[in-house]
Amino acid sequence: MRFTAHINVMPHKELLDPQGKAVTGALHNLDLAGIQDVRIGKRISLQLEASDEATARTMAEEACRKLLANPVMETFEFSIAAS
Amino acid sequence: MPQNSSVTAAPASLEQALKLGLLEEEFEQIKSILGRSPNFNEVAMYSVMWSEHCSYKNSIKWLKTLPRDGERLLVKAGEENAGLVDIGGGLGCVFKIESHNHPSAIEPFQGAATGVGGIHRDIFTMGARPIAALNSLRFGLPDNPKTKWLVKGIVKGIGHYGNCFGVPTLAGEVYFEDCYQTNPLVNAMSVGIVKAGETVSATSYGAGNPVFIVGAATGKDGIGGASFASADITEDSAEQLPSVQVGDPFEEKKLLEACLEVIQTGAIIGMQDMGAAGITCSTSEMSAKGEHGMIIHLDRVPLRQQDMKPWEMLLSESQERMLVVVKKGQEGAVQAVFDKWDIHCVAIGEVTTEQRLKYYMQEELVADVPAQSLVLGGGAPVYERAYSEPAYFKAIQAFNPASIPIPGDLRAIAFHLAQLPNIASKRWIYEQYDSMVMTGNTQTNAPSDAAVVRIHGSEKALAVTTDCNARYVFADPFKGAMIAVAEAARNIVCSGGTPVGVTNCLNFGNPYNPEAYYQFVHAVKGMGEACRKFETPVTGGNVSFYNQGPEGPVYPTPTIGMVGVLDSMENKMTLSFQHPGDLIYLVGSAREDFNCSEYLHQLCGVTHSPAPHFELDEEHALQKTLAHLIDRGSIRSAHDVSEGGLFCCMLESAMSSGHGFNLHSPAGMRKDAFLFGEAQSRVVVSVNPDLKSLFEAEVAGTPYSLLGRVASNAEICVDGESWGYLPEWKQAYEQALEQALTA
Amino acid sequence: MKFGIIVFPGSNCDRDMEHALRDDLEQDVVMLWHKDRDLSAFDVDDCLVLPGGFSYGDYLRCGALARFSPMMEQVINFAGRGGKVLGICNGFQILCESGLLPGVLLQNDHQKFVCKNVFLKSEHTDNIIGDNVGARVLQIPVAHGEGRYHADTKTMQSLRENRQIIFRYCNQEGEVHLSSNPNGATDNIAGICNVRRNVYGMMPHPERATSEVLGNMDGRSILEAFTYMN
Repeated sequence: MRFTAHINVMPHKELLDPQGKAVTGALHNLDLAGIQDVRIGKRISLQLEASDEATARTMAEEACRKLLANPVMETFEFSIAAS
Repeated sequence: MPQNSSVTAAPASLEQALKLGLLEEEFEQIKSILGRSPNFNEVAMYSVMWSEHCSYKNSIKWLKTLPRDGERLLVKAGEENAGLVDIGGGLGCVFKIESHNHPSAIEPFQGAATGVGGIHRDIFTMGARPIAALNSLRFGLPDNPKTKWLVKGIVKGIGHYGNCFGVPTLAGEVYFEDCYQTNPLVNAMSVGIVKAGETVSATSYGAGNPVFIVGAATGKDGIGGASFASADITEDSAEQLPSVQVGDPFEEKKLLEACLEVIQTGAIIGMQDMGAAGITCSTSEMSAKGEHGMIIHLDRVPLRQQDMKPWEMLLSESQERMLVVVKKGQEGAVQAVFDKWDIHCVAIGEVTTEQRLKYYMQEELVADVPAQSLVLGGGAPVYERAYSEPAYFKAIQAFNPASIPIPGDLRAIAFHLAQLPNIASKRWIYEQYDSMVMTGNTQTNAPSDAAVVRIHGSEKALAVTTDCNARYVFADPFKGAMIAVAEAARNIVCSGGTPVGVTNCLNFGNPYNPEAYYQFVHAVKGMGEACRKFETPVTGGNVSFYNQGPEGPVYPTPTIGMVGVLDSMENKMTLSFQHPGDLIYLVGSAREDFNCSEYLHQLCGVTHSPAPHFELDEEHALQKTLAHLIDRGSIRSAHDVSEGGLFCCMLESAMSSGHGFNLHSPAGMRKDAFLFGEAQSRVVVSVNPDLKSLFEAEVAGTPYSLLGRVASNAEICVDGESWGYLPEWKQAYEQALEQALTA
Repeated sequence: MKFGIIVFPGSNCDRDMEHALRDDLEQDVVMLWHKDRDLSAFDVDDCLVLPGGFSYGDYLRCGALARFSPMMEQVINFAGRGGKVLGICNGFQILCESGLLPGVLLQNDHQKFVCKNVFLKSEHTDNIIGDNVGARVLQIPVAHGEGRYHADTKTMQSLRENRQIIFRYCNQEGEVHLSSNPNGATDNIAGICNVRRNVYGMMPHPERATSEVLGNMDGRSILEAFTYMN
């Protein structure tokens, strides 16, 4: 079966996110003062071939752990759907 | 109120202290300093301040034997964040090198990036604008996948921070050797310029003066990082990963501009950047230096993460922060500058006469310690470790050069050498660094042995370099360290400069290992001897122990960062051959010596051989001669003989100009040793044939020999045999490293 | 005639541009702070320069945050009045983000920052820069991670039709080859101008090539081009 995985990779909460910090400041300069704590991550989509959804999940999980996210700095979450 | 009843929180246990890395006797010492049992906050503070990283407890005894005085020195070694040397014309040069080995081993990108950020902060905290960045890197062999990952991450990290910060990465060195497989070395150096009278000291005095924390908000970054740097790296260290620090070069760039601007207000008493042990280190070192105390309200520190405990704030190593002591009544001027740059600037306390540091959380006193007791030169312990001659020295002494057959095809050997990772062009690496921002780098269009950077608004230029062939130090720590100093000085002299000062980064194994400590002690002795000879005092630097992995310690690597001065750009000497027909001379003696060479080590597979020929007096005389030749205008290029020997030296001079050469080897000497040997104290120069007799008169007194001529085409000719044309050599030389790293 | 150099937080070639214009080209230079809004001292004979660097750390997208600096509103008005504007590197990125120039600068195809000398060639003389530099091949440094010029087909077509491409990367002999393209830019584009020919953007750094001490003077003719009156 063919599945689509949508993966969100975000910087760890406890780590400084320089990009998010600069964007928060810039939004405030645009008079959007109510916006706080911007954090910027990545969204990745990929196609995968697997016998069932559980196997697809394992594959996606492994892809995230091994390459797509750096566990030192990032967390990840994903959703899987048959495509 | 009696002191011992004023601090809240229960006393810490010995077990907690041991866990934080303190020794039992150190715990007892803290008790006797305080006259009571310390609480956990206090134990945590001592554990970091008395760690190797901050206290130099296992090295300071020997560091004090290095020459630390000189007529150009404006501050004594260790007194400020970095060395400060008078370069004349009302200018001072501030420079320092520091290691970030262990963080880079774990997270190469951020580890290297924050290393660069930290060293620049040490420079601008003194009021100087950084104008040059250098680095010295050591990796395992490039065919190893882990090495590729480390090189890519570390190079990207250095580039990311330096490029954004806007200071050119001008020079450096990169070596690949098995022993660095687990534990790479990342040493970063920064060089800045300050006008005389505009320097700022890391001090604090004047009761009632407010203390500000400036820059990024404080998070739980790198808590225990300083202790972490003082522990061996094992597989288990991966569990300490949350302690990785994230650098923000944009914040630091703003901080640089704001700090230099705020100094102009005249409102600053003292300033220090926060590196290891953050608030603890900066408050204690500044207070100890100014012989005052401080009251600090930790609850006023801007936080990035909620619910931080006092000890977490005290130890946090969040980057891009400074502690600034301001003259009372002038806070407004200071605040205005930081507001302009959108930088946090918050008063967190004030200076007191009593020489104690008192930290409060709301109104509760959470730590209370004498400032002096925490710092190096104050209460921090000093140890002398045992050492013994390394057992591997026997294998080195046993090497017999006659056991190496002379190869038949020397051209093939030379072609292979030019592509070895330690010799091949580092272009793939340095093109990822902005080397030209600040428009001072004169290397781009006219390379020289040391990087020559002009100083805007002055006739002067600096020549800067980092050097250390650690294999020589491994073979003979005393002589090897002398060679590192000598090569740095030689590079500066060959570029037309006068060496003025040294910063060092001493990367060694575990100091509790008597053989590693032997290497350390003898390297420091050799370094001291050479620095005295070249009149280049050691202005500061950094010691990094515990550089080892399961396969053993790294080569002892005492990296030398050296700064030289050119009074005018007219003195600059390039390494490129200039004109066809110019005579090529070797200044110094040709020697039948290939000990410790890349040729012997990499191509003949000899892991243990003595350090190459080196005599300090001979080297000193050679450098005097070189300086004289450049001063008299009697040479057109100068390039010192180093890794890869005479042939690789000439090849580099040829490739950077496109002019080939012919070379004649002397009779009665092994040709492989002549071409590829790395005996020290030799420089290849090219001379206008019309000035032949002038040159030979000027060089007299120093051994020299005619090697050949610069060719009118791109051909390389050795003893009448064509070795091919430069484009082929250049392509191999320039692409080898990229191919090895990206294969 | 005078130059105004706009300093954004994170600009780091602002002083280089100042040195090049003031010390090497002996021009009048005014440094302008991004939070200010006053350009009343500038008229259409003057030139505003958006320097290189990493405004706002290059966070989010290069130039995306600087584009909202108060001064940029004034720069857009100034350009609308026919004032000359030159963006170098990050300045070029800001001009694209703000819509003063078409297209976008993407990450280099090799995904690495690149700093080295490259060769450039101007193809048309009906713009301020081309008129001054002529057909000579120039050696100018680049230093960027995001310099791959890209625009959609329609925009590309109009750039060509309107002769808005001011510089292409080439080799030393002036041949425009993929092999001399340092970042994968479409059509080897190194710099462009707007239709009206008063707004210019380029990735290479002419201010790094205006002094004898650095051994390269090729950048002078590019900057000099803006000193002549309209």
